[in-house]
Amino acid sequence: MKLADDEKAMLDGAKGKAKQKAMDLLVRYGEALGAERLVNVTNVAGTWNAGSPPMKPFAEKGMDAVFSKFNLDSDEVVETPQAEVYTCQLIHGIDTQNAHVTGVAEEAVNRQKQAERYFGERGVAMFNTCTPYQVGNVPVRGEHCAWMESSAVVYCNSVLGARTNTEGRESTGAASITGKIPYWGYHIPENRLGTHLVDVEIDVDSMMDWGLLGYAIGEIVQEDIPVLDGIRKVPSMIKLKHFGAAGASSGGIEMYHVPGVTPEANTVEDAFGAKKPVARLKYGAAERKVAYDNLNSSAKSADVDFIMLGCPHNSIEQVWTIAKLLDGRKLSPNTQLWVFTPRALRDTAELNGYGDMIRKAGGHLMSDTCPAIGRVMPNGTQVVATDSAKQAHYLPAIMKCQCWFGTVEDCVNAALTGRWQGGLQ
Amino acid sequence: MTTITIKGRKVVGGVAEGEAITTHDTVSGWGGIDSNTGTIIERRHELVGQSFKDKVLVFPGAKGSSGYSHFFHLARVAGAAPKAMLFSKMTTKAALGAVVTRVPSMSDFDRDPLEVIETGDWVKVDADRGIVEVTKKAGAKPATAAE
Repeated sequence: MKLADDEKAMLDGAKGKAKQKAMDLLVRYGEALGAERLVNVTNVAGTWNAGSPPMKPFAEKGMDAVFSKFNLDSDEVVETPQAEVYTCQLIHGIDTQNAHVTGVAEEAVNRQKQAERYFGERGVAMFNTCTPYQVGNVPVRGEHCAWMESSAVVYCNSVLGARTNTEGRESTGAASITGKIPYWGYHIPENRLGTHLVDVEIDVDSMMDWGLLGYAIGEIVQEDIPVLDGIRKVPSMIKLKHFGAAGASSGGIEMYHVPGVTPEANTVEDAFGAKKPVARLKYGAAERKVAYDNLNSSAKSADVDFIMLGCPHNSIEQVWTIAKLLDGRKLSPNTQLWVFTPRALRDTAELNGYGDMIRKAGGHLMSDTCPAIGRVMPNGTQVVATDSAKQAHYLPAIMKCQCWFGTVEDCVNAALTGRWQGGLQ
Repeated sequence: MTTITIKGRKVVGGVAEGEAITTHDTVSGWGGIDSNTGTIIERRHELVGQSFKDKVLVFPGAKGSSGYSHFFHLARVAGAAPKAMLFSKMTTKAALGAVVTRVPSMSDFDRDPLEVIETGDWVKVDADRGIVEVTKKAGAKPATAAE
């Protein structure tokens, strides 16, 4: 791999031990990919958590030991330097303000708080959400980034037009302190063109519509780049948030185009550039029903124990929708309801009284984590209901439970009655 | 005994040999493997319940969460890493996962390793020279394309 002078200097140790280790990792990683060079990045989203059980023996030696091992892949413990470029923490495993609800041990909570303070002081903004773009981290079109979190990566590339591959904990750790990442994949303009033309033959409008579309298309195109033709109504941010997360769960979509909506394609022709579609797909009522049935394939019992709302983390508008649906009502004694939103938006939700509205009904307003990432659910949970295609995809595998997928109204109704009465709408 | 040679590109350098464990399913790190034992845990995966610990893992590539590299990294820390990795579909997840697992790894082959290698075959991976040597397990019928 060809290195620029500043990169060679870091690799030679002229900028300190940590940057030397970071550059060593980036060179190993770039060579593994077959990349020819590195590119400057100005925005990094990764994870610097220390709360999860495998971190414990390292955290006992100090946060530098966690950082060296898991954010730099360095066997030698080096001092954690300040971030070189704008960096933020994504979702992690522990809602430190709600450990009494999730049952996470105090020792793990304290470890996580220590990590937040330690890495926070070194420039990692503790957004603690899978949706940093909801709380002020909005890269511009063409900006080179190094992001983790599949639902955030697909949003960054497709909706914002910024450029990132799906990075990992170690590569974002190295990128944060060097401002570098391999120039490969979605950093290269021609790799961002569409591959599959999708003829959308039915109206796609509601949240459920967008989740089902994403789940259906992701399963077919896997890591390729779908171009949605026939979208007649401009989707809001929360619908694209849901679409991308669904497509990155059933498949591995990291980029898509909605001509006339997303920034890199005004027309279908723009979306493909000089390339021809490798395949043309139809999305109609039949495909929509298959996606719905697949998402609900784990669910057998209509007696619901646990309702999870907010994957990817809810917008304030979504929290308001839930608070309204719950206002003046009480949850069934047989259910628990957890509502997730980014930590910063949770403050807004509390300010607005939404937190009280949710709690008065018997639910919890939460942040920082989710049941799949934190591997936490209420004790004894067997049947879950969620409005998230991503959570419905992962929870049955990770938590060995049944899971219903439906609208937010279906889910709140299940929380109030203890019964699943949803259906394809 | 039949020996077959496959050529490819070094992803992570080094030399290792061991028994193959093969799958035609892509592998997920987060939610897909138990890092303490190297066992595949994904419900509908071809290898569910089987461990790649100390074996040569032959698979199409990575899928799923960006936590992929971290979970393979944890497998190395737990001593449950594979001896080597051979995969065809290059992605950032698969590349970074191989790098932090620090085992000899290869990609860009002159023929699909999954057409040649079966679970139980003895596989020698010389990533530095870009050569994989496959010795078919005893009792296996000779591969049709054997040299």
